[in-house]
Amino acid sequence: MAKIELSFYPGCSSQKGATSSNYLVSAQTMCEELDIQLNEIPDWNCCGASIGYGGGGELPRLALSARNIALSEEHNSGQEIVATCAACWLSTREAKERLHEDEQMFKDANAALSEAGLKYKGEANVRHMVEVLVEDIGFDTIKSKVKKPLEGLKIAGYVGCQTNRPFGIAGESFENPQYLDKIVESVGAESIPTYEKKVQCCGGALAFSEPEKSQEMIKGIIEAAYDNGADMIVTPCPLCQANVEIYQDNINETYGTKFNMPVVYYSTLMSVAFGRSAADAALNGQVIPAKQLEEIANK
Amino acid sequence: MSDLNTAMIEKYRSSFLKEVEANVEEGEWVKMCMQCGVCSGSCPLGKHWEHPPQEIFMMIRANKREEVLSTDSMWMCTSCYNCIARCPRGLPITHIMHGLAVYSKRLGLTQKKQPTAEFSQIFWDNLMKKGRVNELKLGLSMYFKDGFGQGVKNAMANQKLGQNMMKAKRMNAMEFFGGHSVKDLSGFQKMVKKAQEIEEGNLEDAK
Amino acid sequence: MADEKKFAGYVCTGCGLGDRLDAGQLETTATRDGKMQSCKQHEMLCSAEGVQMIKDDIGNDGVTHVMIAACSRRAKVEAFNLPDVAVTRANLREGVIWVRPESDENTETTQEMADDYIRMACAELKAMNIPAASGEQSLNKTILVVGGGITGMTAAIEAAAAGYPVHLVEKSGQLGGALGGYYKVIPTRSPYDAPAENPVPEMIKTIEADDKITVHLNSTLAKTEGAPGRFSVELATESGSSETLTIGAIVQASGWKPFDASKLTEFAYDKSQDVVTNHELEALAVAANGGPIKRPSDGKEIKSVCFIQNAGQCSDKEGHLSYFSGVTDLVSIKQAMYFKELNGDCDTTVLFNNLRTPGAGGEDFYRAGQKAMVTFSKGIASEVTPGDDLTVKFMDKILNEETEMVCDLVVLATGMEPNSGPDPYAQLMVDEAEDEEEKAKAQAALENAPPSILNLQYRQGTDLPHLKNGFNDSHFICFPYETRRTGIYAAGPVRRPMDAQQARDDATGAALKAIQAAENAGKGRAAHPRSGDLSFPSFRKEGCTQCKRCTVECPFGAINEDEEGYPMYNESRCRRCGTCMGACPVRVISFENYSVETVNQQIKNVDIPEEWDEKPRILVLACENDAYPALDQAGQAGVEINPWARVIPVRCLGSVSLSWVTDALNNGYDGIVMMGCRRDDDYQCHFVRGSAMAAERMSKVGDTLDTLNLEPERVILHEVAITDVERAPKLINDMAETVEKIGLSPFKF
Repeated sequence: MAKIELSFYPGCSSQKGATSSNYLVSAQTMCEELDIQLNEIPDWNCCGASIGYGGGGELPRLALSARNIALSEEHNSGQEIVATCAACWLSTREAKERLHEDEQMFKDANAALSEAGLKYKGEANVRHMVEVLVEDIGFDTIKSKVKKPLEGLKIAGYVGCQTNRPFGIAGESFENPQYLDKIVESVGAESIPTYEKKVQCCGGALAFSEPEKSQEMIKGIIEAAYDNGADMIVTPCPLCQANVEIYQDNINETYGTKFNMPVVYYSTLMSVAFGRSAADAALNGQVIPAKQLEEIANK
Repeated sequence: MSDLNTAMIEKYRSSFLKEVEANVEEGEWVKMCMQCGVCSGSCPLGKHWEHPPQEIFMMIRANKREEVLSTDSMWMCTSCYNCIARCPRGLPITHIMHGLAVYSKRLGLTQKKQPTAEFSQIFWDNLMKKGRVNELKLGLSMYFKDGFGQGVKNAMANQKLGQNMMKAKRMNAMEFFGGHSVKDLSGFQKMVKKAQEIEEGNLEDAK
Repeated sequence: MADEKKFAGYVCTGCGLGDRLDAGQLETTATRDGKMQSCKQHEMLCSAEGVQMIKDDIGNDGVTHVMIAACSRRAKVEAFNLPDVAVTRANLREGVIWVRPESDENTETTQEMADDYIRMACAELKAMNIPAASGEQSLNKTILVVGGGITGMTAAIEAAAAGYPVHLVEKSGQLGGALGGYYKVIPTRSPYDAPAENPVPEMIKTIEADDKITVHLNSTLAKTEGAPGRFSVELATESGSSETLTIGAIVQASGWKPFDASKLTEFAYDKSQDVVTNHELEALAVAANGGPIKRPSDGKEIKSVCFIQNAGQCSDKEGHLSYFSGVTDLVSIKQAMYFKELNGDCDTTVLFNNLRTPGAGGEDFYRAGQKAMVTFSKGIASEVTPGDDLTVKFMDKILNEETEMVCDLVVLATGMEPNSGPDPYAQLMVDEAEDEEEKAKAQAALENAPPSILNLQYRQGTDLPHLKNGFNDSHFICFPYETRRTGIYAAGPVRRPMDAQQARDDATGAALKAIQAAENAGKGRAAHPRSGDLSFPSFRKEGCTQCKRCTVECPFGAINEDEEGYPMYNESRCRRCGTCMGACPVRVISFENYSVETVNQQIKNVDIPEEWDEKPRILVLACENDAYPALDQAGQAGVEINPWARVIPVRCLGSVSLSWVTDALNNGYDGIVMMGCRRDDDYQCHFVRGSAMAAERMSKVGDTLDTLNLEPERVILHEVAITDVERAPKLINDMAETVEKIGLSPFKF
């Protein structure tokens, strides 16, 4: 039996052919190695993300997450809900808190859910995958599973916004969280604890609607990584990963830069360090290939 | 001017603050702002706000209804939650800004062609169709939101990006036909419809 | 006590002293040079066994004078507390071995330092007598409280509760003071979310029921004579009768008066009845009698009100108060909540620039105001236009625009001014003014002086000296209740602006200080900072020239003059700083255990090496309150002090006699460093004026140096704080460098 069983909320971007499908592949690999069993919430729906508010308003938006929690409570009873996507985690946890604080909202949400034959209780814990890693697994265990230390790699830990605020990881500060650096060190690479853009916003969903404004911020994130001598950037957030990786061509064109900085997930690093193949680590999902990781994986 | 807007002006003639308290998500927090300005200084897109959050709070108290509801400032919010994390008074500023944006939109006061307002609606409509986001269609809707000609131009400009994503198997042309969906789509849609009815009803009652 | 003096020395060899120093040599120095009749060593003198050894010698051998060569006089105070004998301490630990590096080349100079400190301590001991109380007054437990407001009432209740009889004197016909007419007060308990009930009516009941408290209404102090423990106070009543009370100590709680808002013409205070001060609003709220507050002009129920913060205060405009009254933002929050409570849906706006809500519940109360829908706008009001409705023009500091609002009532958050008596030094300020402008200002202050409150029959005037802005002077860092008149404690807003709760806390403290003063006076003991000291100044009448410098310069106005102009010391008014001693040009003033002679003997008994030995000597006169502890801490921290230095603690730099400087230079000292406390408006001198007096006196030391043909750099005076742990040693070491540069003194013989 697996050591840890979790009710898993993968989210839209993790699906096959979507922007962070590579995150899902590497997260699954990582979980296999750490003896974590992920039980997908049956028939989960989109959380509304951080941009859905403008179309959905308050209650319809909260109802989306309430449905996911209700499904989890029904089918994966007694299991904590875990999300790999920052926005999924944030929306779900926020919905749970709001429905807990506001009695009317709780009733209204259940009134809506009853249309789909569901009932929201709000009992399941909602966590991010990194919370499981930091709090349940621990850095020492991660270190002990490493078969191919990522020696010689210098990696900028880009935490971003929504994995960090407003909830964050227990015991970490909003201004300078350290857990990602510790993960980097646990897999044998060199971290950059003073990376000044660690919690800088990448623009989030505004990368679509306000591309110039967002790309200006993304440029800062990548530039600071280069300035600190980073070989690559690691992040726990799918939108951060996509925004920082895929617009580098556009930024180069606008600003005359020559960025070519791979951006990977913590799960990518761990899959490689745990000795799994490039395919299991989803290195083929990089728009900007992480060649150093490929070399280690193919060793 | 929308009927709802006229009704609201009539009802809350003397106090926009009370209107916000009653109708805007987390609006009851506005009065607790102590005007320190940490939110404005913490916003990553701060320089792009016509009126940063500190000013918006002040304007609400000063009854500057039109100016608040017609500015596109709130739509600059990237949901980074920096303001929430730093507000010494614990105001849920991100949510208040979202709430004000939605309220302005409902009253028909949001600026036309505000790109984030449009994207937000496109995103919502997209996820409503199948219960899950169809990224391909989302991108295409965004490109084509200003008509076919502009759409083709946008698509061409981002052609390389698209190709990169396809190559990495992180974008799938087949999504155009169907794509991922929840199984209980009708239950999902009924649920959302009900939630919308309750929320609209609350606003109607407030008139 | 036996008349015969018997001197005994004790050398401790613990804490490394025995390892670093030649204890046998120290013993020899004590007996041969120091003329101790006996000297013993102990490996841990502060231990029970060591202390017992000394006590046995006192008990069995009749030892009357004890020289302890061990640690600093500030260490092991309890262990070496020997009240029946005279004690001196040679500071060999903090003063010698801890400030000198341990190495062979330093052994000789370190030993010389230690030997000198033993000579100094022995010489001091020889010149000392055992102090005893004068018996000038016996114990008088009666406390007089002047002022029947919340501060005075609290002081009376607290003193009575501690078992001390109280006379409470109130000028008006009723108790309660300013607060008595208030609707509610700032909350004092968690959750600090609403104005609290006015405590005054309850307190009046308590006082009326307390047979330890005698209330004198419609009464004032016609005359106050004497000193703590023996004040004689003549009360005058409105009816013309008078009564004389004998009092142990006094609390002055004369309160405050509101700022005169008629100066605020820009806010139309003089033109509209509907512009009121925060003080006046209380009466409107009381008059509302639980119903809505109404406008003064037409009795209309108020539907909108605007509070203007910092009206006439925190401002450098002519006629305004330059200071902030501390509580007026909380007061406006409280009063804004009156409108939320009484006037229903009343638009209530507070225009502020900086909203300051001090105290444990201040921030909570501010939030409560916000929750109650009081609008707090960051804006600065510039003008109020009167009319049916009032228009308030203001600069919105957030939106950065000039704007205005219309309201039914404007409340001006004006400040508090102290209700002090006349400043006893007002005439001095005129005399000492440096320019015409200052002189005119001082003259105006003198002419507009308020009537006396205490009517003290003191050489230095009728009332408590002032600090800036007319508040009563007190040592604001170390002992805020102590005024510059011993045994008289100012409490409440006469001391600084404060709210009711702060005034109650303040009054409780002042009542306890008054009790302590009465008790100390009965025992002949000093008040802060030399608490418990039994020594007091006396003078040799034959030598006195009636120059009056002591009676004028005493920072505490302790010294009166008799008909012939000789000083009268009033032991219980004295704080034992010795400023009189430092003032006396003919050196006739002394304490039993501290005199011109006790220090002079120390100076003279330092071994001054011959010029060719190239070992300079630097005399350091360090204030025992700040500089000396700073040097002790330097020792604890292992900061080095130059081996040529010989440090003598003094009670206050104000006690330093110019003769010490002259004698030291004549004796061949190469440099003199004096260290006292900060002395400007923000003084830290424990005796308020001592450090300043010293600076003034020493400005004349240049003449002495000139006469002796010595370089002016050889004598320097520094302000040193207790925290100057690195700096204080450096100042001494700097002097050593100076001496090295200019050469040794030629006066070595």
